[in-house]
Amino acid sequence: MLAESGKLDRRELTRALLADRGELAVIAGLGAPCWDITAVGDHKLNLPLWGGMGAAAMIGLGLAQAQPTRPVLVLTGDGEMLMGIGSLATIAVKKPKNLSIVVQDNEHYGETGMQETATKYGVDLVAMAKGAGFTKTMFVTKPEEVPALRAAIHAGEGPFFAVAKIDAGSKKLVLPPRDGSIIQNRMREAILGEAAVHQL
Amino acid sequence: MDADAIDKAPDAAAAWPDQIYDLLKKHEIRQVCLVPDAGHSQLIKRCLADNEIIVTTLTTEEEGIALMQGAWLGGHKAVLLMQSSGVGNCINMLSLSHIHRCPMPMLVTMRGDFGEFNPAQIPMGNATQAVLEAMGTLVKRADTPEDVAPTVDATIRMAFNTFRPTATLIGQRVIGAKTFGKD
Repeated sequence: MLAESGKLDRRELTRALLADRGELAVIAGLGAPCWDITAVGDHKLNLPLWGGMGAAAMIGLGLAQAQPTRPVLVLTGDGEMLMGIGSLATIAVKKPKNLSIVVQDNEHYGETGMQETATKYGVDLVAMAKGAGFTKTMFVTKPEEVPALRAAIHAGEGPFFAVAKIDAGSKKLVLPPRDGSIIQNRMREAILGEAAVHQL
Repeated sequence: MDADAIDKAPDAAAAWPDQIYDLLKKHEIRQVCLVPDAGHSQLIKRCLADNEIIVTTLTTEEEGIALMQGAWLGGHKAVLLMQSSGVGNCINMLSLSHIHRCPMPMLVTMRGDFGEFNPAQIPMGNATQAVLEAMGTLVKRADTPEDVAPTVDATIRMAFNTFRPTATLIGQRVIGAKTFGKD
């Protein structure tokens, strides 16, 4: 699961986190997390974001509040999380037990030419989450820590926040469907049944 | 409302805030997200007192656009309450509604709109409708107390029946403009 840099391989990490996912719904922040969740197996309970940078955590909150018994994972990057950093305060106040946020932190903006993000210079997202009021957090750098990370996502004792430091290397592009209405409505149908596509 | 507060709350006898609450119940709205505005203070109190409505106070209004997307994924109807200045914070995030065809009704109390005292409210207050429409939002104004309920009703219906962002702008003429005794 380690890249040559000695850091976690993002795609192997994603594969491990989504193994035997059960009812888990996944919101992926725009960019590489979307390609990662698609590469390990596109799924009706995946919502890869093509836009809305900074939205991923709050989409997770809205879904977690609507479906309080279903585990919800927000899998995103450091740049996307930084843009929506205030949402950590919003989420910590609401305390959704079923919501987990995992930041795959490569310390770079991967889609725009690998410019450095603030985490490259020591900005500590776990400390920011703790400061907001998250009591369940992890900082992951080693393969042997990944099973506990996966378990925390399914534990229902959130809100849970983790940073996993990953290798900065890009992976093969594996694109999800680009029609957002399909992405949205397949998840709605998977969660709500056929009623999702009829008048509420 | 504190007499020294800068924002102006509606007259306590005004019926329209309670009428909006009744419409939220009629349309089975389950999540209300907001950055507080004095114009919505009575409605916010009603929502907070309702155990069937999840109220989420946001750090910035754009979080509310994302939250409405998530709520809809999980089968909840949501609305966003904000002041006109907050509309400016939502611009790019409104693309989510078009990407996914997600219903996103917004109820906006206007500042900088009619008899405003505070110069800082003028730029965004006068750009609110143009900004929303530039991002594909169906915008309707309510400039009398009697207009508020039917306009909000239409805004909620059009969002959930036609899958897009919609907004009611509740004019400052309805809410009133505070003048700091400088009439």
